[in-house]
Amino acid sequence: MSFLPKPRLHHPELPTNELGFTRRDYEGAISTLCAGCGHDSISAAIIRACYELSLPPHRIAKLSGIGCSSKTPTYFLGASHGFNSVHGRMPSVLTGANLANRDLIYLGVSGDGDSASIGLGQFAHALRRGVNMVYIVENNGVYGLTKGQFSATSDKGARSKKGVANTDAAIDLVGMALQLGATFVARSFSGDKTQLVPLIKAALQHEGAAFIDCISPCVQFNNHVGSTKSFDYVREHNEAVNRLDFITGRDEITADYAPGEVEIVSQHDGSLLALRKLHTDYDPHDRGSAINYLQERSAAGEIVTGLLYVDPDPQELHAHLNTTAAPLNTLGEAELCPGSAALAALNAALR
Amino acid sequence: MSAIRVNDFVVRFANVNGSGSASANQLFARAILRMGVPATPRNIFPSNIQGLPTWYEVRVSEAGHLGARGGTDLMVAMNPQTWDKDLAGITPGGYLFYDSTRPARHLREDVTVLGMPLTAMCNAEYQDPRQRQIFKNIMYVGALSALLDIDAAVVEQLIAEQFKAKEKLIAPNVHAMRLGRDYALANFACPLNLRVQRADKIGDRIFIDGNSAAGLGAVYGGATVCAWYPITPSTSLAEAFTRYCKRYRTEPETGRARYAIVQAEDELASIGMVIGASWNGARAFTATSGPGISLMQEFLGLAYFAEIPAVIFDVQRAGPSTGMPTRTQQCDVMACAYASHGDTKHVLLFPEDPRECFEFGAQAFDLADRLQTPVFVLLDLDIGMNERLCAPFAWDDSRRLDRGKVMTAAELEAGREFGRYLDVDHDGITYRTLPGTHPTKGAFFTRGTSRDEYARYTEEGSAYQRNMERLLRKFATAKQYVPRPVRRDAAEPTRFGAIYYGSTSPAMDEAATMLAAQGVALDLLRVRGFPFHDEVIDFVARHDKVFVVEQNRDAQMRTLLVNEGEIDPAKLIRVLHYDGTPITADFIAGAIADAADAAKIIPLRKAVP
Repeated sequence: MSFLPKPRLHHPELPTNELGFTRRDYEGAISTLCAGCGHDSISAAIIRACYELSLPPHRIAKLSGIGCSSKTPTYFLGASHGFNSVHGRMPSVLTGANLANRDLIYLGVSGDGDSASIGLGQFAHALRRGVNMVYIVENNGVYGLTKGQFSATSDKGARSKKGVANTDAAIDLVGMALQLGATFVARSFSGDKTQLVPLIKAALQHEGAAFIDCISPCVQFNNHVGSTKSFDYVREHNEAVNRLDFITGRDEITADYAPGEVEIVSQHDGSLLALRKLHTDYDPHDRGSAINYLQERSAAGEIVTGLLYVDPDPQELHAHLNTTAAPLNTLGEAELCPGSAALAALNAALR
Repeated sequence: MSAIRVNDFVVRFANVNGSGSASANQLFARAILRMGVPATPRNIFPSNIQGLPTWYEVRVSEAGHLGARGGTDLMVAMNPQTWDKDLAGITPGGYLFYDSTRPARHLREDVTVLGMPLTAMCNAEYQDPRQRQIFKNIMYVGALSALLDIDAAVVEQLIAEQFKAKEKLIAPNVHAMRLGRDYALANFACPLNLRVQRADKIGDRIFIDGNSAAGLGAVYGGATVCAWYPITPSTSLAEAFTRYCKRYRTEPETGRARYAIVQAEDELASIGMVIGASWNGARAFTATSGPGISLMQEFLGLAYFAEIPAVIFDVQRAGPSTGMPTRTQQCDVMACAYASHGDTKHVLLFPEDPRECFEFGAQAFDLADRLQTPVFVLLDLDIGMNERLCAPFAWDDSRRLDRGKVMTAAELEAGREFGRYLDVDHDGITYRTLPGTHPTKGAFFTRGTSRDEYARYTEEGSAYQRNMERLLRKFATAKQYVPRPVRRDAAEPTRFGAIYYGSTSPAMDEAATMLAAQGVALDLLRVRGFPFHDEVIDFVARHDKVFVVEQNRDAQMRTLLVNEGEIDPAKLIRVLHYDGTPITADFIAGAIADAADAAKIIPLRKAVP
C-alpha cells in the first residue's frame, strides 16, 4: 500500500505507560497489507498488549516465517529487532535465538501455510521442546500472498473464492498444541480485541511455550460465502469458553468479579490471570478435558475461543538444558575457553 | 619365506560388527604407538549396528606414512562371512591368523597360516557368553603381541590405563591377553617376519580422531549453541562437543551448563537454530554430512544474504542413502562452496588431520563472526572417524575471540551512525547490532534481500545490485582471513605441480616421495581455505601442468579453481579416487607417473613444409 514512513510527531498529551512510552513507541512501519486485513488487527492487539504491559520494546525479539502474516512484524514494535526468516522455519530460528539469550521475550508470528503446511514439523517440535515464547498463528485458512490457494487449516468442504471445494481434512493447530505439550494454548479471533489483547498479554507473561491460534479472515481470498474463516462465519460460530482479564503482579487484585464467576490463575512470574467463566464446567488446567471439549464443540460446528489450557508452573527449554543464568551470548573467553593448561593435560592423555 | 620387515607393514582385522572388537583393535594400534612406532588405524564399517562385516586396518610405518597403503601383510580373519575376500587380500608371502576352532575351508599356499583355537579356548575359560566374546578379542591381541614382538608390558600398561576407573576389570583383561600371548609363544615361531621394534618416532604427537578434535575446537572457539541431527559420519563430532562441554563448561558454583545442545528434528531445524542463535550473538554450529547440507540449502542462502554467522562442520561421505555413506569421500566441495539459491559463495576450510580439525574448528567461529557469513569446515570420514597421529593441540592464552563488527550500546548512545548494511570500512563487512542492545537505537529488521543499506525494505533493483557487489567485496576480504595454502617445493625446479587438500595429505606426501625416487619432481600446494588465496592462483600460473588430487568423481576442487581462478582447464589434470576407500600413495603416484610420462612426449612436428 504505502512506502511512506509514519510521521514521528505525535500528540504531546498521548498517555504513557510505566516506562514513559506512548502507544506510538510500540508501533512499526505502515502496514502494506490489504485494507481491512485481520492481520492488522492482530498487530494492533500486539502493540496494545506490549504497551499496557510496559515491556521495553528493545527487549522483545520478533520472528516470522514467510507469508502475509510473516510480513506483519514490520508493522509493530519498530524498536525491536525482527527477523523475517524462511518459510515454515520461524520456530527453529526462534529456538536458536532463545538459546543464545534467555532474557529477551520472543514473539513468533506465523500463518497457517507457514505453520500448518510447510512448517508443521517445526511448529510441533518447538512446542514439545517448551521454548519460552509467544507463538501466534494468524490463521486465515488460505494462501494470501500467492492468491487464494487452500491451506492445511482450511475446513473440509469449505469453498474457495473460485468455488472449488476443499476435500482434505483440516489441521487444528490448537488441538495439536494441546497434544504436543504447549503450556499455554488459546484461540481467538482478530475481530475480537477484548478477548485477544488480554490473551496476548497473558501469553507474553507466560514463561513457557504459549500458543495462540488467531483466526484472521483474509478480506481478499477468504471472506466470501462458503468460507469457514470469514468474518461472518466466525462471528456466528464463535463459542467462547471464558473471558480473560490479565493482571500484572504489581497490580492489586480488585474484587471486580463475583466469586464463582472468576478464577484467578497465578503465573510463574507472579502475574495473575483472571478467567471470567462463561462455562462453569470449563477447566483451563486440564489438558485432557480441553482436548475433549475442543473435539466436542468442533463436532457441533463451533469454533471454541478463549484460553483453553494453561499450566501455571510451566517448564521451559532452558530448565531442561540446565543452562546457566547468564545469557549464553554474554559469556566471554574466561567462561568459554578452557585455556592452554587444560589442553596440555588433554594432550598428555592422548599419547 | 619373505624377508624380515620391521616397523613397516599392514595388519587388517576382519570382524563382525557389534562383536566388541573395536576396543581390542584400538588397544593393538595403541600398543604399537607406545613402542614408539607410527601406526595409523582405519575403520571400514557398514551402516549397521550388529552382524555385518567390519574391518580395521593398521598401517605400521616407522617412516611415518599415515596414509592408507593398500594390501594386507597380516590378516586377522575373525569373520567367516568375508573369509574368501579376506584370504584373497593378503599380499603373497604374508600371514593369515584365524580362529581354528572350526577347520578352515580352504587356504592359500603362498601365505603362512596361523590357526589358533580362540573360541575353544574362550569356551573352556569363561562361562558367560559376553565374556567369551569380549575376551576372545583381547586374547588375539595377546597372540599378536607375541607374533609381532610387541612388549607385553606395554599392552598391560594400556589395559591398566583403559580401566583406571573400573579397576576390577584390569586383572581379567590382562589374564586373557596373557592366555593369547602364551599360546602363541608355545605354538608358533614367534616373532614372525613382521616385527615391531622399539623406536622413537612419535615425539610429542597425540592420537585422536578428527571429529573429537573439531568438537574440542568448537569449545575453544567459544561455541555455546550446538544444534544437530544424527548422521554418520558426523555424529561423533556433536557427541565430542557434548563430552568436552560437560568437562570444561560446567559452571563450578552451580553445576549449570555454559552451553546449549539441541538434537533437532532434522537438519533444517539444526541450521535454523544455528542461524537464530548467531543472529542473537551466540557462537553456534551444526555438524552434518552431505544429505544434511542438501537439506540446509535454503537457510544457507538466507544466512549468506542476511549476513548471519554460522559454522557448519561437514564430515563428508559417499553419496545418498545407506551403505556407501559409511565410506569416505571429498564430494561436497561444490555443494558447500555454492550452497543455496541465488548468487552465493561460501567460505570453506579444509583441515588435513585432527590437529587442523581443532585449529580450524576454533578459527571457524572467528571467521564467521568477522565475515558475518556461514563458514564450512570440510572434514571427511577418513579423518573424522579414525584416530590419527598428529601434532599436539596448542592454544595461546592471550588469544581473544574475534567477535567482528558488533556495534555496542555505548557506541549507539554516543551517536555513531548505524546502517546494518552500510559499508563504512570499504571491506564489504558492515556493522551489526544484537537484539536487546539499546532501548531506542540500532534495531533493524533482518531479511534476505530487498532492503537498503539501512535495512529498510525496498524492491529497488539498484539497491539489490549494490548489495550483491558489496558481498563480492566481502568475499575478497575473506581471502586474507582464511588459512593460507601450504607450499612445499621439490628439491629441483619442475614444471609439474600438485594441488590437494584435506585427508589426501598423508597419501600425497608419500606419493611425492615415491615419485621423486622415480625422477618425477613435483611442487606441492595444499589448499586450506576458500576463497582461494592469490598464492593458489600463482602456483598454477608458475607450472605447466598441475595435478589436482581429490577424492570425488567430478573433480570438484578443479572445477572451483577453473571457476574462481579463471584458470585454463587444460592446465589442471584430474587425479581422482572415489571408490569409498581412502586414497593411497600408490594410486596417486601411479596416476601422476603415467600422466607425467604422457606429458613428456613432445609431439613431433608434422612434415616440414
